[in-house]
Amino acid sequence: MKRRQFINLFFGGSFVATLAAFLYPVIRYILPPKQAEALQKSALAAKVGDLVPNSAKIFKFGSFPAVLVETQEGKLVALSAVCTHLTCTVTYDADTGTLYCPCHNGRFDLSGNVISGPPPRPLETYTVGVVGGDIIVSKKG
Amino acid sequence: MPKPRVLIAAAWGLALAALPAFAQKNSCLDCHAKLEGELKAPAEAFKLDIHQQFGLRCSDCHGGNPAEDDEDKAKDKTFKGAPARPRIPEFCGKCHADAAYIRTFNPNLRVDQLSLYGTSRHGLLLRKGDTKPAVCTDCHGVHGIQTAKFPKSPTFPWNIPQTCGRCHADPEYMKAYGIPTNQLSEYKGSVHARALFEKRDLAAPACNSCHGNHGAYPPAVKSIAQVCRQCHPSAGDLFSRSPHKKAFDDLGLSECEACHGNHKILPPSSGMLGASSGSVCVQCHEPGSKGAAAAAELRNLIDGFETRIQSDDGILAVAARKGVEVSEPRFRLQEVNTTLVSVENLVHGLNLEEIKKKVDEGDQALAGIHKEGEAALAEARFRRTGLVVATVFLALFGIALFLKIRGLKRAE
Amino acid sequence: MKARWAGLISFFEERLKLRGLFEFAQHKKVPEHERSFWYYFGGICLFLSGIQVATGIMLLLYYTPSIDAAHESIVFIMGQVKFGWLIRSVHSWTANILIGIIFVHMFSTFFLKAYRKPRELTWITGFFLLVLFLAFGFSGYLLPWNKLSYFATRVGTDIAGSLPFVGKWLKGVILGGATISQATLSRFFWFHVALLPLAAFGFVGLHVLLVQILGMSVPISLKGKKVREVSFFPDFLYKDALGWTLILVLIGVLCVFLPWEIGPKADPFAATPLGIKPEWYFTFMFTTLKLIPGRVLFMEGEKLAIMAFLFGGLLWMLVPFLDRRAGREETSRAFTGIGVVVALYIAVLTILTYTLPKL
Repeated sequence: MKRRQFINLFFGGSFVATLAAFLYPVIRYILPPKQAEALQKSALAAKVGDLVPNSAKIFKFGSFPAVLVETQEGKLVALSAVCTHLTCTVTYDADTGTLYCPCHNGRFDLSGNVISGPPPRPLETYTVGVVGGDIIVSKKG
Repeated sequence: MPKPRVLIAAAWGLALAALPAFAQKNSCLDCHAKLEGELKAPAEAFKLDIHQQFGLRCSDCHGGNPAEDDEDKAKDKTFKGAPARPRIPEFCGKCHADAAYIRTFNPNLRVDQLSLYGTSRHGLLLRKGDTKPAVCTDCHGVHGIQTAKFPKSPTFPWNIPQTCGRCHADPEYMKAYGIPTNQLSEYKGSVHARALFEKRDLAAPACNSCHGNHGAYPPAVKSIAQVCRQCHPSAGDLFSRSPHKKAFDDLGLSECEACHGNHKILPPSSGMLGASSGSVCVQCHEPGSKGAAAAAELRNLIDGFETRIQSDDGILAVAARKGVEVSEPRFRLQEVNTTLVSVENLVHGLNLEEIKKKVDEGDQALAGIHKEGEAALAEARFRRTGLVVATVFLALFGIALFLKIRGLKRAE
Repeated sequence: MKARWAGLISFFEERLKLRGLFEFAQHKKVPEHERSFWYYFGGICLFLSGIQVATGIMLLLYYTPSIDAAHESIVFIMGQVKFGWLIRSVHSWTANILIGIIFVHMFSTFFLKAYRKPRELTWITGFFLLVLFLAFGFSGYLLPWNKLSYFATRVGTDIAGSLPFVGKWLKGVILGGATISQATLSRFFWFHVALLPLAAFGFVGLHVLLVQILGMSVPISLKGKKVREVSFFPDFLYKDALGWTLILVLIGVLCVFLPWEIGPKADPFAATPLGIKPEWYFTFMFTTLKLIPGRVLFMEGEKLAIMAFLFGGLLWMLVPFLDRRAGREETSRAFTGIGVVVALYIAVLTILTYTLPKL
């Protein structure tokens, strides 16, 4: 019977289409995404060679800015870049080797301690590790 | 008969309890505590006084013999009583200007308050015989004095505006002096007041930060600029390098105050710039002049930048509302906001090239953010399209099922 | 074409000997009457559980059960993994819908007295399934390690800890220690993906097997009347499938327009947020504990309430043996009344949780 055949065809066809519409996201999900895995309490700050001595780079750590500094002697330090006074982003002052907040003249040393100005608390410091060609910054403790 | 251990403990207890009786006798307090009203107040207040915490008694300031209960004997020839108002600074200064004496209590405490006071407007007027200006007790209190580090003290940062305002905001009191009395109300509307009172930022300036405390004197034109530079050095540096510096110096204008005001300093906005009537530039620059044109150009530059930032923020907000994850571009937009703040600061330097370069820097970052924002919106559209497609297929399948079910019913 | 099909069937029949099963399936019948609409809900529970297993297995691919990585892996799934937002939102929405449907299924079988002889075991296995799925919800809620889930778990385990005698011990077993820590996350993960699925698989198997063996229960009011019967395959299954299709559309719409929130990462040192409450399906118990006076008679109000819930749960599980009249195939108005009271109680207290100020 034609009617019956049509209904069966319609049934089979719509089922296959629905199944395909469900399999497509499943397959795309399983295929590896561009970024290999979730970054945890660490962040990829820079690649080795990005910085020269006595320079710094701001990078994203979680949802806040952080700063990676290469000192004159070549040591790498990383700190939170959120000024503890009114949350402006600090910058690296190469002339004095300190972190300077342009908003109200706050100044921190590279251990995060407040040297001068209104900031009430020191900057949080992070640990720096070099893995392959990557500089990974992670929270202490 | 209780155990020996208990007896010894009781004996110690009694001895220790009796100790206060051996503490320094202070007949002044004993007597005044029993009086009423104004005469009782000093005894009550002194309990919390910092001088009392250092072991000082009434007699150390007022003289007299605190060991005597009899009033006449207590008020012996060393008794000074309450000093007259004009003599109060010297009264306090007897100790507080004596470096060697203060050193025995707190080697870090300053001892120049009296000499500073002598140079202040209050001190000069007092010396001329005026009894209205503030003396030590007007700001520090009397008998219940606390350090400025104590939040309830009238000299604690966020209490200072109220303390100064007690006189300076009283038109009746200040009538004879011919100076305005709206400073406190103006200050309360300022961004500094908001930082001090709402954000509880103790580094925010109160009256004494700009006027000095003991040496308080209305600031001269030159000193205003220097004072602001204490916390706002980069704006100051930029201004000093700008053509305005010479112009202001020649005109005798106080740098920061001319555009930002003194007490009611508001958060700066691009509305302050430009050649239209609401701006600060037209106070000096005639419409049609080169200065006005430069002001208008600056205004357009900044407004444009701000608008582009807001538009990208809007795109990200829409994408976020539609459920797409945009925390990465949001973070970078925050950084661009920081660039905007530094652009606004660069205005003080009036160097158009420098400003344009910074705006370009910001625009570069915005380009990337804009791309990601658009991609997020596209993702949101993709999701909705995908839903429609899947729903259409499901609907077709549902119809097919329905037809099958109806077919079965018909078969019965 | 037909010959090839027949050839294939006989190939498998010689090796798997499934003919008996197929014949049973062909003959399986479902009664159709004015109340048979409620029969669909069991199948919907099964279907939604299947969705949970499938999406759960997919989430396992990218989720990390470590307090340093759990939240970040959810952010990753929602932002970087293709269709990760969909898989995760489906899992979270379906969890809530499933528990809602379980309640509907439970109350419909209760009011239709389907628990009466000989279906007592079906009811009891069903009760265990209710508890298991509530445990699924509780354990799964912590896994994203966000602020709400951390504190909701804290509140929930505190209540468990207040049980007399066994409370402290029980809380320690649940948390894997004294407070919520990495041990807790590992433990809840193990509950959620290993222990509970194993138990649920067993109980669902039993539950469904019992339904196959005993068939569908017909309400007492229709006893004696001639009731129409339809074949399960394919008639009833088509109707089942139609219901499932509609639910899929609902889930799709919810996930696209209301994707599940990620929330801020849990901070154990932060203060407990005001108005913290567990997921909606626990709120009727939670609000009861909040509203009960501090002392009732000789006992602490909260402890009394918890004991009452445990005892009430036990009675609810044993209803097939308590409802003698239904066992005799007689109408039992009293138990219908009890069911109405319980359903209203749960509904009212759940609504109060969200409408009362300062709770």
